Amino acid sequence: MRRARQGDDEAYRRLLGHVSLWLRAVVRRGLLAAGRGPADSEDVVQEALLAMHLKRDTWDETQPIEPWLRAIARYKLVDHLRRRGFHDHLDIDDYAEQVAVAVDADATVDSQALLAGLPKRQRRIVEEISLEGRRAAEVAERLGMSEGAVRVTLHRALKALAAAYRRDQS
Amino acid sequence: MKTHNLIDALVADRATPAKPLRWALAAALLAGGLVSLVLFFATLGVRADIEPALGTWRFDLKVGLVLLALGLAFSLCIAVSRPVMTNHPGRRLLPLAALAAVAIAIELLVLPTTSWASRLVGSNALVCLVAIPTLAIVPLAAVLAILRSGAPASPALAGGAAGLLAAAAAAALYAFHCFDDSPLFVVTWYALAALPVIALGAVAGHRLLRW
Repeated sequence: MRRARQGDDEAYRRLLGHVSLWLRAVVRRGLLAAGRGPADSEDVVQEALLAMHLKRDTWDETQPIEPWLRAIARYKLVDHLRRRGFHDHLDIDDYAEQVAVAVDADATVDSQALLAGLPKRQRRIVEEISLEGRRAAEVAERLGMSEGAVRVTLHRALKALAAAYRRDQS
Repeated sequence: MKTHNLIDALVADRATPAKPLRWALAAALLAGGLVSLVLFFATLGVRADIEPALGTWRFDLKVGLVLLALGLAFSLCIAVSRPVMTNHPGRRLLPLAALAAVAIAIELLVLPTTSWASRLVGSNALVCLVAIPTLAIVPLAAVLAILRSGAPASPALAGGAAGLLAAAAAAALYAFHCFDDSPLFVVTWYALAALPVIALGAVAGHRLLRW
């Protein structure tokens, strides 16, 4: 994270990759503990990743990063379960120490539906960058926008996506 | 959308510049405070005997208490705006409780027992209870708006801290109007006036500060 803050894209990609593996294990065990199957685990993983990204400035650099990651995972897991009518106490610390299992990062119906709910231009830019794997500069050229405008729209789209997750009651 | 696709989008968004929360919070408090300052001059105004009052120990202690509350509430707001809950965040307010206790102890020592009650009740209690919450509204809205970019472990607690901060800012203005300088009055009525602001902040925070 420190290196990612200093402008190292690859370090950030590696960090998010590792974190998503860890998150997947934590979330699955958390859902299991709440008596739910792993069907919507990837939604929680993606929602938590999005929060870690958008709220990365709330990590205090003088503190270790693990408690911060764990706190976000717990908040998002509890929030997800509460939206689905689960009210019991849940302590993810019981599950957080387990070794991450490598599983396929499956596409989820939900995030696709939420993405479809974004304004057209925001959705297009997210798709170009994430699904097509294009760089912001390429997307800018294809859509006839400045690179800065693409970045601003992308940032808004990610915030809108996070808000859509919070509203999602399904 | 697969998770590695999402990660691509997040990496592409990495370079978004970020502003430290404490500066944004200070700016919002200042902006909200300026609105309340205008409101303060339009309605209450500074007390007529401000110049002789400035030199008295009771007035200085009152301003000291209010400014200490402001500073501690600010640091409390920053502390509770993070996902990791610090142990006992309320401990940050202990210096305020200590100074209030010392102020009350001194007042009780120097005052004859017969005048305790009249100092406690004062003559502005009702004005205080109305003025502080009113002057706190705009700062509270400004502080809550900034805290939305945080990620509080407890949104209600963060909202309550925002209420305390806004109430302290309002009290800092009101202290220059009110001529009840006795610590007995200040500790009692300023605290009571802050309660509805804290409650409002907690309720609003519970709704607005979810992330």
